[in-house]
Amino acid sequence: MADTSAKQVLFEPIFNNNPIGLQILGICSALAVTTSLNVTIVMCLSVIAVTAFSNLAVSLVRTQIPASIRIIVQMTIIASLVIVVDQVLKAYAYEISKQLSVFVGLIITNCIVMGRAEGFAMKNGPWLSFLDGIGNGLGYSVLLLFVAFFRELLGAGSLFGVSLMPTVNEGGWYIPNGLLLLPPSAFFIIGLAIWGLRTWKPEQVEEPDYKLSRHTAKEAF
Amino acid sequence: MAKAKETVSRTLIVALVLSIVFSVVVSTAAVMLKPAQVKNQSLDIKTNILSAAGMLPAGASAEQIEELFSRFDVRLVDLDTGEYVEPSAVGVEDPMKFDMYKAASDPKLSTSIPASEDVAGIKRRPNIAKVYTLTENGKLKRVVLPVHGYGLWSTLYGFISLEGDLNTIEGLGFYSHAETPGLGGEVDNPRWKQQWVGKKVYEDDMTKPQIRLVKGGVDANAPDKEHKVDALSGATLTSRGVEHLINYWLGERGYATFLQKLRQGEV
Repeated sequence: MADTSAKQVLFEPIFNNNPIGLQILGICSALAVTTSLNVTIVMCLSVIAVTAFSNLAVSLVRTQIPASIRIIVQMTIIASLVIVVDQVLKAYAYEISKQLSVFVGLIITNCIVMGRAEGFAMKNGPWLSFLDGIGNGLGYSVLLLFVAFFRELLGAGSLFGVSLMPTVNEGGWYIPNGLLLLPPSAFFIIGLAIWGLRTWKPEQVEEPDYKLSRHTAKEAF
Repeated sequence: MAKAKETVSRTLIVALVLSIVFSVVVSTAAVMLKPAQVKNQSLDIKTNILSAAGMLPAGASAEQIEELFSRFDVRLVDLDTGEYVEPSAVGVEDPMKFDMYKAASDPKLSTSIPASEDVAGIKRRPNIAKVYTLTENGKLKRVVLPVHGYGLWSTLYGFISLEGDLNTIEGLGFYSHAETPGLGGEVDNPRWKQQWVGKKVYEDDMTKPQIRLVKGGVDANAPDKEHKVDALSGATLTSRGVEHLINYWLGERGYATFLQKLRQGEV
C-alpha cells in the first residue's frame, strides 16, 4: 500500500483487488441473495453503505481505540450500522427486506466489512477509508451482480423480474434450470468468474503453496 | 502517547463512550422508523388477505388496499365451539392486534395436537383463530381463513378464501414459506393457484374436507374432480403438505365447526 491515491483506493478493489475474486471474502452472502437481481442490488447497496460508513467511523476514532479492544470496537460500529440499514429497509423497502430476511443482519459477519475496517481504516485517514469502503462494496457488487444475472436469467427466465424467456410453468417454452436457483450454483458461477478474472489478469494467480520435487527413482537401489 | 492509550481506565472510558453513542444511534433509528414499519407490516397482511380473496387489483395503492380491506369484518373464533369470542378474551382491544401464531406457542391459548391427528405438522393449534368475513347487503359473501402447515423444508403460512356457500374455494395464497425455488416454490405461481378457484371443499355432509392434490393433472371426467387439484410437478412433499394443511384446517379440528354454524346462521 505504498501509493494510496484516492482514485486507486476507489477503483482497485473492483477488478484488481476484488474482495470476492482475489481475497475470497464474503462468499456466504453471495450464495444466498443472488437468485434475483432486484434483491441483489438492494443487498449490494446495503453492503456498500455499511463498509463505507464503518470504515469512516473506524478511521475517525482510530487514534483513540486502545489496541486491546479494537476488534470489539469495530464490531460495535459495524453492528450498529447494520441495524440502522435493516431498520431503514424495513421502513422503506419492506418487500425486499422480507426477501433478504436474515441476510441483512448477517452483513455483520461479512468478512469484507471487518477485513477493511481492520486492514485499511485502522491505518488510513477518514476520506481514504470511506472511499476504500465504497470501492470494496463495489467490488463485491460487481461479482454479485454477475452471479445474479446468470442465476435469474437461466434459473427463472427473467431479468429484474421482467420475464424474457417465458417458462413452461407460465405457458412459455423455456424449461428453467432449477439448479441455478439453488445455492450451489452460485459456487460454480463464482468459481468460473474467478477463473475468468485470473486468466485476464494472470498476476492474480497465487503462488502454489509447495512444489513437487522431481521424482527420483534411484533411492531403492 | 501510545502508552497513555493502553491504560485500563482509558480502555473503559472508550468502551463506555462508544456504547452510549451507538445505543443512541440505534435506538433513534428504531424509534423514528417504527411507525413506517408497523404500517408496512399491517399493509402486507391486508395485501395477502385481499390477494387470497382475489380482490387485489394489480398495482393497488396503499389507500386502495386499506379501502378494500375495510369492507371485511375481522372476528375471533373459538375453534372448538365454533362461536365468535370477544377480543377481550385474548387480552386485546382490536382483533387485528391478535396474533394467532404467537398464541399457538402459549400453553394457555393453545392445545397440543396428538401426533396421530397432526397431519399438518404444526404440533400446537391456537384455540382462537382470526377470521375475515365479507358481508354485502346483509348476505355473507366470502370468508378468508388463515391456514398453515409443514411442507418439505418449512412451514407454509397462507390464507384460503371461501365463497358465501362456505364450500367453494375462491382462492388461496401463501405469504411465507421456504420451499425449493422452482419446485415447491411454485405454490406462488399464479397459474397453479388459479386451478383452485371453484373447487369444492366438502361433500354434501359439509363436515369432512375432501381436497386432493393429484399427480399428472386432473382428469376432466373424474367424478370427484371438483375436489381435485393438479399437484406441483417435482414437489411431491410440498404438494402433500398443502393437501394436509388445507384438510386439517378445514376439518373438524380446524374451522369446520365454525363454518357449519355460520352456514346455519347460528353465529
